[in-house]
Amino acid sequence: MSWTLALPILVPFCAAAAAFLLRNRRGSGWISVLGAVASVVLAIRLLLAVVENGVIATQMSAWDAPFGITLAADYLSAAMVLITAIISLGVSVWAMAEVGQISTRMGWHGLFQTLIGGVTGAFLTGDLFNLYVWFEVLLISSFGLLVIGGQRKAVDGAVKYVTLNLISTVLFLCAAGLTYGATGTLNMADLHAAVAAHPDQGLMTVIAMMFMFGFGLKAAVFPLFFWLPASYHTPHYAVSAVFAGLLTKVGVYALMRVFTLIFVGDQGYTHEILLWVACLTMLSGVLGAAAQSDFRKILSFHIVSQIGYMVLGLALMTPLALMGGVFYLLHHIIVKANLFLIAGVSRRLTGSSDLYAIGGLYRSAPLLGVLFLIPAFSLAGFPPLSGFWAKYVLVKASLDLGAWLVAFVALLTGLLTIFSMTKIWAEAFWKPHPDGRQPALSTIPPRQRLLLLSPVIALALMTVVIGLFPQPFVDFATVAAEQLLDPSAYIATVLPAGEAP
Amino acid sequence: MNSLILTTGARLLIALFLVFSLYVLLRGHNAPGGGFIGGLIAACGLAIHAFASGVAEARRALRVDPRTIGVLGLVCALISGLMALPLGAAPFAGIWAEVAGYAISSVLLFDIGVYLAVVGGILTLIFALEETL
Repeated sequence: MSWTLALPILVPFCAAAAAFLLRNRRGSGWISVLGAVASVVLAIRLLLAVVENGVIATQMSAWDAPFGITLAADYLSAAMVLITAIISLGVSVWAMAEVGQISTRMGWHGLFQTLIGGVTGAFLTGDLFNLYVWFEVLLISSFGLLVIGGQRKAVDGAVKYVTLNLISTVLFLCAAGLTYGATGTLNMADLHAAVAAHPDQGLMTVIAMMFMFGFGLKAAVFPLFFWLPASYHTPHYAVSAVFAGLLTKVGVYALMRVFTLIFVGDQGYTHEILLWVACLTMLSGVLGAAAQSDFRKILSFHIVSQIGYMVLGLALMTPLALMGGVFYLLHHIIVKANLFLIAGVSRRLTGSSDLYAIGGLYRSAPLLGVLFLIPAFSLAGFPPLSGFWAKYVLVKASLDLGAWLVAFVALLTGLLTIFSMTKIWAEAFWKPHPDGRQPALSTIPPRQRLLLLSPVIALALMTVVIGLFPQPFVDFATVAAEQLLDPSAYIATVLPAGEAP
Repeated sequence: MNSLILTTGARLLIALFLVFSLYVLLRGHNAPGGGFIGGLIAACGLAIHAFASGVAEARRALRVDPRTIGVLGLVCALISGLMALPLGAAPFAGIWAEVAGYAISSVLLFDIGVYLAVVGGILTLIFALEETL
């Protein structure tokens, strides 16, 4: 059991070390792909173990909780680990066609696998300080990925990214220190009881707000999202895709974990703030996107607006809403990473990412047009794609609570999302290329075409499958939401009865 | 920088820093081993060398690219963690053996890994900063 939990974290780091040491050999990127394949297999094994047992946990070096470092996986964690592995596989294959010799020599593939290892670690850890360590791993490796292969613009974006994220991590560290000082533990399961039993609940709310700020900045919620559109459009497209898919979701996951397991004492305060944050995030993101004319910048602002939906699921805190939040989280990772990969292919064909300087893709590359429409419609919430079910559940959950305004904002955001997607469609796909270019897919060499298109097609198929057969995924998300709302099984697994101090 | 005092002093200091870093690696600042703090001390020693005689000279003295040192540290740490797998123990569990009367363990290997990772990481940053300034 313990290795089932530890190997998904260790394997990416092994792949990272091997890919880095062999970076000057030809084809060293395939080590990264191989590591990603192993990650997928291990993640499936973890998911099966979780489905069988409900929640699984283990202690590193066999030091008992709450003193050692705990790794724990419930339905949400296991699903996130699997989706991370899938994105890792897709993007590492795609990167074989995009990341050039120079970036490979600088250790791009090693950094990429380090990032995946960090994300997986953050999803599996059951210890607040360990979560902080994984955030640092993410920050360092993502900084490297942002800088490699970029020009001056990329360094500019990377500096903004790192400065703002450092503020978030420092605040997170302070909050973790205060938590430890006040309760004497950092084990999440142990904190559930320790925070509830603390005599000074006001202090607990203050600490909770520090966590909310720290994770909120990571998740890019209103009003802390400015770093995201400033940095996501500069690096390699493969980097944008994996950042868009996974990095902000680590923040959302941390919010979900901390505000369902640890800080649930003053929901009238904390979750009310989250609700306002969610609505404003949805609106400001989608309005920001409407003003942009760069393919990747539009998509970046849409990440912000979609984060709002996930936080909304957490803020409403009903079984249905949390289920919607979890479903949204899983669906969005697939769709968003895919859209960035498509943006990369389009850039390659048309030579620019500025929507006014490109065009003609529908006429010359109709396949790409179809592949774009699937995730774009899913993002906007068209039936029968995955985004429709995710949005439907969240709107229904807010209507059930009588939160008409929230439901209205969610629907309005969906409508405005269609506006942005139509803009990309009209400019990049529909209108002829301003230079009269015919950007056909056949201009890419066949081997590279296969590498570029197969991940895109696979991710688009996943979106369609989730949309057409939502029931198993909904059932899964329902169990995940139940586990989040009633963490007793999680706590009992991490701290077996009688051993709790 | 060309300072006679610094270059002369550096020769003494570097040796002192490196030896003391090994002592701290094995002993810790407050018992058991201290890979992190030891790595920082070693990196300080080599950084002084880079300030006194230039980065090119420091790179030559180091012989290996600091990034490679850092990744080799990661490899050491991973090996010490994975060692428990064939033995059926928990991940990163300490595994002890006795060689010629000395007790050696995977815990020490992990500390050496951290030491190397810190030396490699810090020196990569300092060398890159020195070269661009």
